[in-house]
Amino acid sequence: MTKELFSGAELVVKALSALKVKYLFGYPGGTVLDIYDALFRQNDVEHILVRHEQAATHMADGFARSTGEVGVVLATSGPGATNCITGIATAYMDSIPMVVLSGQVPTGLIGDDAFQETDIVGCSRPIVKHSFNCRNVVDIPNTIAKAFYIASTGRPGPVVIELPKDILMPQYTAEYVFNADVKMRSYNPTVTGHHRQIKKAVQAITKAKKLVVYSGGGVIIANAAELLTELVEKLNAPVTNTLMGLGGVSGTHDNFIGMLGMHGSLEANKAMANADVILALGARFDDRVTNNVKKFCPDATIVHVDIDPTSISKTINAHIPVVGLVDIVIKQLLVELEDKQFTVNKAENQLWWQQIEQWRAVNSVSYDQTGDKIKPQRVIESMYKATNGEAYVCSDVGQHQMFAAQYYPFAKPRQWINSGGLGTMGFGLPAAMGVKLAFPGSHVICITGDGSIQMNIQELSTCLQYNLPVVIISLNNRSLGMVRQWQDMVYGGRHSSSYMESLPDFVKLAESYGHVGMQINNLEELDEKIKQAFAIKNRLVFVDVLVDESEHVYPMQIRTGAIDEMWIKKGVKA
Amino acid sequence: MRRILAILLENEAGSLSRIVGLFSQRAFNIESLTVAPTEDDTLSRITIVTKGNDKILEQIVKQVNKLIDVIKITDLTERSHVERELLLIKVLAMNEKSRSEVMRITDIFRGSVIDIGKQVYTIQLTGNADKINAFITTLANETEIIESVRSGCVGIARGEKALRIKQ
Repeated sequence: MTKELFSGAELVVKALSALKVKYLFGYPGGTVLDIYDALFRQNDVEHILVRHEQAATHMADGFARSTGEVGVVLATSGPGATNCITGIATAYMDSIPMVVLSGQVPTGLIGDDAFQETDIVGCSRPIVKHSFNCRNVVDIPNTIAKAFYIASTGRPGPVVIELPKDILMPQYTAEYVFNADVKMRSYNPTVTGHHRQIKKAVQAITKAKKLVVYSGGGVIIANAAELLTELVEKLNAPVTNTLMGLGGVSGTHDNFIGMLGMHGSLEANKAMANADVILALGARFDDRVTNNVKKFCPDATIVHVDIDPTSISKTINAHIPVVGLVDIVIKQLLVELEDKQFTVNKAENQLWWQQIEQWRAVNSVSYDQTGDKIKPQRVIESMYKATNGEAYVCSDVGQHQMFAAQYYPFAKPRQWINSGGLGTMGFGLPAAMGVKLAFPGSHVICITGDGSIQMNIQELSTCLQYNLPVVIISLNNRSLGMVRQWQDMVYGGRHSSSYMESLPDFVKLAESYGHVGMQINNLEELDEKIKQAFAIKNRLVFVDVLVDESEHVYPMQIRTGAIDEMWIKKGVKA
Repeated sequence: MRRILAILLENEAGSLSRIVGLFSQRAFNIESLTVAPTEDDTLSRITIVTKGNDKILEQIVKQVNKLIDVIKITDLTERSHVERELLLIKVLAMNEKSRSEVMRITDIFRGSVIDIGKQVYTIQLTGNADKINAFITTLANETEIIESVRSGCVGIARGEKALRIKQ
């Protein structure tokens, strides 16, 4: 019997289909044309043609964040690959499983500065979890299997595979040998918490009089939201989420004290500052949380649970480190609490909650809707009402991102999709498109601003091609709001290059792409028009909302201060 | 504090650049670095001499360990170990007096002359960094140094302790 032989390009597609990849986000070019030809001849993997490779990475990213599956990108060598860099870095910072297949010039030309040659493995090295230079046809399927395994296990992250053109071409063939059950001697993430550390952690938790649970993106990634909620309820502890961790507990849960950090709630930051034990779950003490590390929570014993040992004691020293997957570790904690027959000390717990209620009463996350101008926060509340709080909210980066995080309480994990680590403007629209592909029946919002939306606005064309009716809500303040806010607060109000002259007519722009455009300029019609936008089911709606350009995001940590030193509103300190 | 890190990793294209990239990306210091395949040619061993306090060192060890290619890393300076460096040095040896002086110093340091030119001696010396520094300083007082090359430090734990993969 003769063995069946395949070209490298066919092997790529066979491996992707074996890994049940539904969508491949990409853009063709010289070195990957053989893969495009192989894609043309099959029906398992659907290719989504973007208008810029950066958007392909963000779409794959949004798809990955909303589903938990690996997002897959295909780009040609040179500019195609380098256009992916920002998206790879975005995924890296937020630990998103992604595999990027990049073309490369034929093996014989590598190093010659050939047409469209870039060392993409070299370029991307600091922003990938791992990368592969694939050099043999026969290695293709298992390299892809390894890439998926690495991208999706442990602390997830992006993996780049470089494929030279010659190994994809039909003149070289190999058998299809594929092993999805990858084992690597150099890569075995620790998933279960060490039992002694679990015991120590529970000891600290049970002794705590002022416990705070501080949870991050790790809880979302590990699908540990229900477990987290169970733990928080068992301990009757206040719980705060990072920007990446929103939805880890429901935003309307009684124990939820809001987001913490730079634009977090006063009660979250105060609770952290006054805690005697902080239980950090899948969070990494990012500088946007801690503020000045030297003043960070001096009295707290820190229990830090993370899958990545490098995250532990990197910025803030952990007294009780626990390395493991956060879902497994929470289960271990629950079992240990059960074994110790833990019950909440009602008197102490009540005292702590009384204190927290006092901070809560300040109502730090609030705004003043006076005057005719629409406040941006008001728009978020309106879209919350219109979607019953059930939409996927994909954000760009800036003031609108913070307002959405503050005013749209997320009931479920994976509902809030934003570039928290890298802060990539232009992320929102393509990410929303990836989510819409995964969940066509759900409301998917791209919350954005007049600055961010223009960084990947070309994708309106892709939305038309693939019928992706997301709802874009742009908080148009005719300026780069967050930059402007800092210039107001730190740079004497000198608005250097922070306002947008000559904005396009966004309504006409949307219409020219074949979508529905809408402008809202009147507070009285806000709710009605937002409702209308969500009532349009099969067409993309671009809602351009003219908001008060002078509004700042509050509360806000005071630079170089402790975690709980905050501006509550303009000129008012907590 | 000076530390010697020994790293066992997959002998694959690009794995060295990941290590070097990591150090520069995170602003860790590299004083010396040596690399070569081991007796098992699927593995490479890297020795890095670095400086940093306990906190930085903890991060270095964890970050290196996190690299997918890395199998093991150990801090040799944590316990009893042997470290060696190789020096090849070419010095001016023009006349009888300077030749005998160079020979005398080389003998005292237990080095050996491995090549002779019309006017130069090339000497080989192994030892720890201190010894090599002292040798170079002493030579420099007697004659002119034309060229020198140091291998960077390699090290190994004393006794039964070993950096290897469990079979």
